[in-house]
Amino acid sequence: MSSSNINVALIGNPNTGKTSVFNQLTGLNQQVGNYPGITVEKKIGFCKLTSKIKANILDLPGTYSLNASSIDENVVIELLLNKNDKLYPDVAVVVADVENLKRNLLLFTQIKDLEIPTILVINMADTMKFKGISLDIPYLEEQFKTKIALISTRKEYGIEELKELIVNYKSLSTEPCLNASSIDPDYFETLQKTFPTQLLYKLWLVITQDVNFLNLERNEIQNSYTKSHSDLKRLQQKETIKRYQFINDILKVGHKIDSSIAIDFRSKLDRVLTHRIWGYCLFFAILFFIFQSIFEWSKAPMEFIDATFADFSLYASESLPAGVLTNLISQGIIPGIGGILIFIPQIAFLFLFISVLEESGYMSRVVFLMDKLMRKFGLSGKSVIPLISGTACAIPAIMASRNIENWKERLITILVTPFTTCSARLPVYAIIIALVIPDTRVLGIFNLQGLTLMLLYLLGFGMAIFSAYVLNKILKIKGKTFFVVEMPNYKLPMFKNVAINVIEKTRSFIFGAGKIILAISIVLWFLASYGPGKKFNDAEAIITAKNTNSTLSKLEFKDKVAAYKLENSYIGIMGKAIEPVIFPLGYDWKIGIAIISSFAAREVFVGTLATIYSVGDNDNDNTIKNKMGAEINPETGAKIFNFATGISLLLFYAFAMQCASTLAITKKETNTWKWPLVQLVFMSGLAYIVALVAFQILK
Amino acid sequence: MRTTINSLKKGETAIIKEFDIDSIPLKLLEMGCLPGNKVQLLQIAPFGDPLYLNINGSHLAIRIETANEIEVEILNTNSK
Repeated sequence: MSSSNINVALIGNPNTGKTSVFNQLTGLNQQVGNYPGITVEKKIGFCKLTSKIKANILDLPGTYSLNASSIDENVVIELLLNKNDKLYPDVAVVVADVENLKRNLLLFTQIKDLEIPTILVINMADTMKFKGISLDIPYLEEQFKTKIALISTRKEYGIEELKELIVNYKSLSTEPCLNASSIDPDYFETLQKTFPTQLLYKLWLVITQDVNFLNLERNEIQNSYTKSHSDLKRLQQKETIKRYQFINDILKVGHKIDSSIAIDFRSKLDRVLTHRIWGYCLFFAILFFIFQSIFEWSKAPMEFIDATFADFSLYASESLPAGVLTNLISQGIIPGIGGILIFIPQIAFLFLFISVLEESGYMSRVVFLMDKLMRKFGLSGKSVIPLISGTACAIPAIMASRNIENWKERLITILVTPFTTCSARLPVYAIIIALVIPDTRVLGIFNLQGLTLMLLYLLGFGMAIFSAYVLNKILKIKGKTFFVVEMPNYKLPMFKNVAINVIEKTRSFIFGAGKIILAISIVLWFLASYGPGKKFNDAEAIITAKNTNSTLSKLEFKDKVAAYKLENSYIGIMGKAIEPVIFPLGYDWKIGIAIISSFAAREVFVGTLATIYSVGDNDNDNTIKNKMGAEINPETGAKIFNFATGISLLLFYAFAMQCASTLAITKKETNTWKWPLVQLVFMSGLAYIVALVAFQILK
Repeated sequence: MRTTINSLKKGETAIIKEFDIDSIPLKLLEMGCLPGNKVQLLQIAPFGDPLYLNINGSHLAIRIETANEIEVEILNTNSK
């Protein structure tokens, strides 16, 4: 990032298409990271404004005002109050949506009062015509002391004008819109006298907000001018009213709606989508469709990836000179990478569906529809979003619980979200289902394997809801329940936004989780390829001695040696050590190793088995699935992955807390180790018991 | 009995009179729920809660317990 670039901050209410503007300005030139110390997503992009001038575009979290009520919103204020921040904007671009202009302008006037050069973007301008809206732009520009860009990210116009305004940001007026101090003149006057060098509105924000602002100064400001919480809120209300008066007066002249022209899709759609019967039917139909298609559509690409890596591994072992390094590559690294890439199809589909649901505005209707039901279980309608996006990954899902206003509802949501079937469980489910559930059709149309998968998802949701119910009875937390949810207008999801979201999320999953998986695969390979003492090193001699009476073919001999070596390798010894604990669940020591290593992240399970079976196997031309299917218990001769073990494993992974990152995020969001520990003990204990019961009944 | 948003029938419009600001989240005020503004009840969720409102042009949903805190005066023009 060059410091000579113009720093642009994109600010706006949720659902205004702020991210679309960001995507149009930057394309795929985006970097997604985190703000230091907190888990709020930080999105920066680069934009070439002219041949010489470039801009760093910062996409700030959506907020309704500068009165922050969550850490996401805090990020916005902290940046705008801190001139020394290296991302402090040279120019703020406030994105508003033409339909909710009044409300969007509230935030705009607050930012103007911080005396930052500000451009007003009015998005969705293409809908003005059929909503009967007309705007007097020159009048609005004059009254709000700004420049306005009328744009449509959908029809892709107005972006060039916006770029031009950004280039010429120095000519923007920094005069405030209105004088907020008139809400309590005496108070504000003394405040200004005490801190003559500071901007008055900034002081006011420091007093009312819980933000990091040069701590010493902050204490000084607060201590000398304490007002009760209630008084401050009353003043904030006054401020809000004053701002609305100002905005209303201007819009009366500059903004006209001819409602006779307006076509109201919203209420018609709402009538169906929030209907007491059709609403629920449709919601479950959509969920059903999503899960069926994730399984069906990603099957072919997943098999292709699996087979390709098996071929590649074989190719590497044959064409590279034989030796330790070749073994590491063909048995450790290549299966390891294959174990990561195999998730791409399913994860991409999942994020595709989730972003379509969010973009379209449907998610808010689900919140509305489910609130009363969810409250019976101590959750909020807003818990539906974490629970659904938990099907992608529990980490962003737990972060998405931030907009739940009530602490108890939010805590319960955080605690139960990891029960929902995240994408990391998918590969585990997929491979086990493929092994133990027949690929037949039920009623002619439903794929039995797909149905099993759907059942597992329902089981996850069911357990989440049930645990919430129990927690709701146990936890004694009182608090006012404030529940406000915006019902945005319906929008056709924009291809570009959805595509960028899918690519971005999949990419960060592969590189984030991928590193761990690859590292674990390599460590596993070492542990499986070396062992202590004579048993491991003299394997060939021992096998020869054991089989003096029978004649073994060369291949059989090699296989026996490999299997014996694996059993006596470091990992074999570890696996054997825990075998007594997992034996009642129907698992052998190889599965035990996979369970141990997948504690870091569930998806490691498949990669681990792939590595273990590759080490013990001399032909590398087999896919992971075939290798697992061919595993036989040396004592009984029966298949290891039989129906009972398969179901037991599925249930174990459905409930067990096998994800170190989720524990870390729970700690971060709840600020104590208590809750992640509760999750770990409760979930894994439950998983063990359920898997045990299932195996003992089915075997 | 007080007339609150809760007393509205589906489709009815009212003017917000007053409320105790301590029982209302600031966010609601910022979305336009202020004395003097219009509020219309658009939909009631299947189990009677929450309520889907159009407040001053903002479409949002709130729970009955919050709606109960907001006193209104029902406009006759749009009822029935």
